[in-house]
Amino acid sequence: MNGNPVPAPLTARVRTLLFHRRVLFGIPFVWLLLFFLLPFALILKISLTSAVMAIPPYEPVFRVAENTLSVVVNFGNYLFLLSDSLYVAAYWGSVKTAFMATVACLLIGYPMAYAMARAPKHWQLVFLLLVMLPSWTSFLIRVYAWMGILGNQGLLNSLLLWLGLIDEPLKMLNTNFAVILGITYAYLPFMVLPIFTNLVKLDLRLLEAASDLGCRSLTTFWAITLPLSRAGILAGCMLVFIPAVGEFVIPELLGGPDTLMIGKVLWEEFFNNRDWPVASALAIVMLALLLVPIILFHRFQSREMSKNG
Amino acid sequence: MVNARGISFSKIMLILGLLFLYLPMFVLIVYSFNASRLVSVWAGFSTHWYSALFEDQQILSAVWMSLKIAFYSASMAVCLGTLCAFVITRFKRMRGRTLLSGMITAPLVMPEVITGLSLLLLFVQLAELTGWPADRGMVTIWFAHTTFCSAYVAVVVSARLQEVDRSLEEAAMDLGCTPLKTFFVITLPVIAPALISGWLLAFTLSLDDLVIASFVSGPGATTLPMVVFSSVRMGVSPKINALATLIILSVSVIAFIAWYVMRRSEKRRRGRRLS
Repeated sequence: MNGNPVPAPLTARVRTLLFHRRVLFGIPFVWLLLFFLLPFALILKISLTSAVMAIPPYEPVFRVAENTLSVVVNFGNYLFLLSDSLYVAAYWGSVKTAFMATVACLLIGYPMAYAMARAPKHWQLVFLLLVMLPSWTSFLIRVYAWMGILGNQGLLNSLLLWLGLIDEPLKMLNTNFAVILGITYAYLPFMVLPIFTNLVKLDLRLLEAASDLGCRSLTTFWAITLPLSRAGILAGCMLVFIPAVGEFVIPELLGGPDTLMIGKVLWEEFFNNRDWPVASALAIVMLALLLVPIILFHRFQSREMSKNG
Repeated sequence: MVNARGISFSKIMLILGLLFLYLPMFVLIVYSFNASRLVSVWAGFSTHWYSALFEDQQILSAVWMSLKIAFYSASMAVCLGTLCAFVITRFKRMRGRTLLSGMITAPLVMPEVITGLSLLLLFVQLAELTGWPADRGMVTIWFAHTTFCSAYVAVVVSARLQEVDRSLEEAAMDLGCTPLKTFFVITLPVIAPALISGWLLAFTLSLDDLVIASFVSGPGATTLPMVVFSSVRMGVSPKINALATLIILSVSVIAFIAWYVMRRSEKRRRGRRLS
């Protein structure tokens, strides 16, 4: 500080401290770089190759022959996706289905979260566990449960027939309706959770002030509660919408032949047609579609993760 | 809506929403005891499907495989996720912090087909370049699950880390504790509940994953969701109903224990504050 040199042992200690920090930081950083970011670069690379019958089933991008390195880039997969209306329809179908399921989740989940946040403290924990518990059991099995309910000889049709409301079974399983219902059911806890954590932190004095000033409760809700829970709503919608766009299990089990969703198409390209390059191109286009929602979600989440501390 | 003691729209929605969440699972449990194979016919009470389940060697070995993978993945994800949460909440000015926080939040929402495909391509490329992994199976699933589970652990742990009283850590360091010792003596006991819930969350996520495991697995490793999926694809199967009942029951028991422990510690904390 006064121009005196810092005693050597201290600088050494600071240096080791900084070194330790860098190591601590480096471990997760390198892991995620290797297992999260690098794989995306690989998808991009493979999407620019052409499929061949080989192991692995694609041609190399970089080829070394007779001392020259040649780079072969093939945009054919992307052109193929554009030219075939099946893929465009699948993207559109995915976005539409995911959007409708997100709206349904919000309409059901928001009032649930609201009631939970207003419940007495010891009840809040009970409700929270009740809402989250289904998501800790098997996702696959919860989707499967609807197959038994919605099928032509399923529970719901038997019930409706028995009540005399319908004369012949309604076709509910293997329709787009079943897919939307399934996504809503499976993802509902992920909508309730962020809205609840947001609403529970709401300053109740604001609401009291509003009612003291003569605001009716519905007006208070629209003017104060809803705008202040915007961040929770946004996070919940992103948590439902983004994974729902790429959903595979639900359209496969509950959807029908006319259900076009991109996750299912990608799966079939990869496992049935063994066309890795086209599957990669499908993934890249899906990522491009989801980039804005993912960035929105990231901004919310990183704010949550480093608020004070 | 705010101070309503009686019945309000939101309360009705909460009850209906919970019914919506629980009725399908309840139906599975009831039908697991149905003697008939058909859903629409109730042919009397029977535990036949449970004994059939426990005779199915394929399912049993898949359960064992899934439990092993989930245990390893959850344990590693807790280490990695906690480290992530720690450096993100504490090292504010580290270069690369923005990138790290991006890489830890994105897996939370990334569609599984993309994650699965990308990791498979990585393992194929790695095997080509370095010879590892020689064949895909348990180890590749383990690495894949560790990566996406640590994102969830990081979220859970970082929420807790923000509540830690920093002055305790500073006091320990002022009194001569090394940062490492401070972490183990002060920080770790405070965040331990979050580590446990993070571990449990990672365990269930890994146990439940079908899509990522299907992509990165090889012929040798079949996990429980893969077996369930291939049998469920063909339609309703009573054996799976029995399996579902056992899963739902065990999760409920663990959740009940967790609730009991949390309630007790909450009560004790309140009691201490009063005395």
